[in-house]
Amino acid sequence: MPGESGRAAEAVNREGAMVSDGQQVDEIIGRGTRDGGRLFREWFDGLTATSEQGGPAAYAFVMGSLAEVLRVFDLPMVFPEIHSLQTAVRRVSHEYLSQAEDYGYSPDVCGYVKADFALQLRQGEHPMGRIPKPTLAVITNACNTYIKWAEIWERMYGTPVFTLDVPGTRAAGTQTWPGQPDFENDRRYVAAQLEELIALCERLTGKQFDIDRLREVMGHTNELIRGWRRVLELNQSAPAVFNAVTDGTVYLGVANAFRGTPEGGRYFSELVEEMELKSSLGIGTLAEEQHRLVFVGVPCYPIFRRFNELFSEWGGVFVGSTYTWFASGGANLGFEYDLARPLESLAEGVLISVRHAMDSMFFQDQALVQMVDAFKVDGVVFHPIKSCRTTSTGQADTRRAFMQATEVPSLFIESDMMDKRVVSEAQLKNRIDAFFEGLNARKLQQPQE
Amino acid sequence: MAAGDLDWIDEPNGRPLDKILQLARELVEDPEYPIVRRWREAGGKVIGHFQVYFPEEIAHAAGALPLKIHGAQVEAAQAESRFGSYLCSIIKTSLELALSGRVQLDMFVTHPICDAARNLAGVWGRNFPYPCQILYLPQNANSRAAARYLRDEYARLQRDIEAITGVHASDDRLRASIRLFNRSRSLIRRLYRIKREQPWLLSAEEAYVLVALAGILPREQHNQLLELVLPQIQTRRAKPQDKIRVVFEGGFCEQPPLDFLRAISQSCYVVDDDLLIGLRWLLEDVPPEGDPLLNLAEAYLEKSSYNPVQHDLRKPKERMLLQRIRESGAEAAIIAAAKMCEPGLDEQVAYAKALDQAGIPYFVNEFEEKMTSFDQIQIQLETFVENILFF
Repeated sequence: MPGESGRAAEAVNREGAMVSDGQQVDEIIGRGTRDGGRLFREWFDGLTATSEQGGPAAYAFVMGSLAEVLRVFDLPMVFPEIHSLQTAVRRVSHEYLSQAEDYGYSPDVCGYVKADFALQLRQGEHPMGRIPKPTLAVITNACNTYIKWAEIWERMYGTPVFTLDVPGTRAAGTQTWPGQPDFENDRRYVAAQLEELIALCERLTGKQFDIDRLREVMGHTNELIRGWRRVLELNQSAPAVFNAVTDGTVYLGVANAFRGTPEGGRYFSELVEEMELKSSLGIGTLAEEQHRLVFVGVPCYPIFRRFNELFSEWGGVFVGSTYTWFASGGANLGFEYDLARPLESLAEGVLISVRHAMDSMFFQDQALVQMVDAFKVDGVVFHPIKSCRTTSTGQADTRRAFMQATEVPSLFIESDMMDKRVVSEAQLKNRIDAFFEGLNARKLQQPQE
Repeated sequence: MAAGDLDWIDEPNGRPLDKILQLARELVEDPEYPIVRRWREAGGKVIGHFQVYFPEEIAHAAGALPLKIHGAQVEAAQAESRFGSYLCSIIKTSLELALSGRVQLDMFVTHPICDAARNLAGVWGRNFPYPCQILYLPQNANSRAAARYLRDEYARLQRDIEAITGVHASDDRLRASIRLFNRSRSLIRRLYRIKREQPWLLSAEEAYVLVALAGILPREQHNQLLELVLPQIQTRRAKPQDKIRVVFEGGFCEQPPLDFLRAISQSCYVVDDDLLIGLRWLLEDVPPEGDPLLNLAEAYLEKSSYNPVQHDLRKPKERMLLQRIRESGAEAAIIAAAKMCEPGLDEQVAYAKALDQAGIPYFVNEFEEKMTSFDQIQIQLETFVENILFF
């Protein structure tokens, strides 16, 4: 079987209208991962420089980062979730967790919080550089732990904390929309808070709010969101054009860290080009895709690569992941701002998108059912983790509802996103192997039926 | 307790105080909720609301019984399969009460108090046909728009409850409910005054059951009961003992077993606490005049207590704890947290540091509603108390 690039070159010869030569194809295929890594390093380098210069920085979270407002004031953005998970990916999270637990934090609370707390005790020391202290923390209620987390910086540094409260969906399937009284009540509340956030940023930075700059930033976000949604859609292709857990996490990092920037918009436009090319050429992420899976929850970062191998060794590929929904702040919904009325549209967009992110955790069962046909799903992997009640509490019952609604097999495995003490690779492998044996047996039986 | 054994609630007069307290304890610990069964058998509707705070006045004005859902000492036989491993007990046992048929509701409301509780609306809603929802109490208490938003959120809740009961909660009915609940708040404040000023008259677990009944009984009956027993408590024959005065912190959501409180009472007077703080969230009377929903909303934001699941820049929690200790004349604090309770465990760290700085002794502990052994905690506390009393 030819390798990916070989297959690409061969296919390009047939479909030369798309790109001029194989060399160009090789430049495009894999560009998302390469550029994503580069952008990430540049972002951390920038944060290190900010830290060394003692410059201001805004701490924000992936579910409702308010990048559109913060970038108007040229505040470098720090995403504590991202720098925390990077300690796990780089296999040093245990050092940070131990330090926080020695201070008094329980082994049973969020590992991200503890890693960041230890990072603060270490003056921002991080395997990818140095993280500046928070000048301002902007949080949403999409995760309650955000609020507890920000209280730590409030206590440590006296950091001003702004909680943008976004009312979520009250009950499954009851979302309200513009024009409906309940939606308008929520929108008025969000809009008023955005005005208060802008006033706070003006006070902290000494800069005046510039509506044209906001429009420009929102335009970049629109480009990014358009691309993000399209990229996720393109994984309906068979074979899947990217792995939603491994590649998806790289793309997700860029979607958050570069939201509202020209680099972020461009990255996703180019990523769409890459994925469309792969889709048209039939290039997948595996040499032989056998099982198309959906992942529910947060990845197992302490053994990130190995975790995926436990699936890919069986020909399993993640074609979708709820992580790419909620951890993009609901960007997968594809809400684009109306630049003709930026502030009103920002309130509407934040409300609808962050609400969607929350729906992707609290009311996700129907969305999963809808994925089955569109993405030709063979199995769903539920991965609740010790560290995160937000994404984990509802998973067992979601699985129960999903199994009632479909005949698609599912797997329920528990581990953690940060703490390797609760990650048992042997146990995971046992469960995963059994799952694939079942999937294979099922496929063998299908023609007989 | 069978529904027929509730005569003492209907006619508490003439019964000895100790007997009433014993029956109150049995009722609070009864996971079969006979009061609810009787209410439903009479055709009444029940609105189950999860911890911490719920505007009970709205349910009452619409003719429903607001029932505080705060877990129970039951085995989560069915609920266990609805959740993963790493979760506090109250989430599981609350759902178990409903799955096992012990409690039948007509509506369930949870709140965004924590990441686990918010998930309950989805889980509950997938398991029951009646409406299950999240009441989005504002988490930006400092926004000038919060009160108006909450007023309209209460109006939405009111419509949903009215659809179940078929009773319109008119402004006049809401005002009458606010007056009733103002009376309730006043009585509970009086009970807490006794705890603070004459703690030897009322043990921690006795005070607890009297307050907890407010989450179960129709409030008219609860008021009647407190009006009867409070004067009796104040004339009780009891003398101060050699115990230290403590504040118990950590009971805002999952509740410790009564025997846990009894173990504390062996060596301490609990002069203030945050147990079932939602029932005492509003610190003052709510004005019934004007827009009743707006008044309730403003009271939630402006005249309220504190807890680890509300962030309010005006109420740093460790400062509020120090104030509670100071105002109650406590010498020490018990800083507890339910197992796997993220907000409670996070707050423990901040509380401990603040108490260290203030030089106030404290005892750190984790509890679980289903714990059954209390000897260890009693011995540890006695040692803690001896250290304070004798060194």
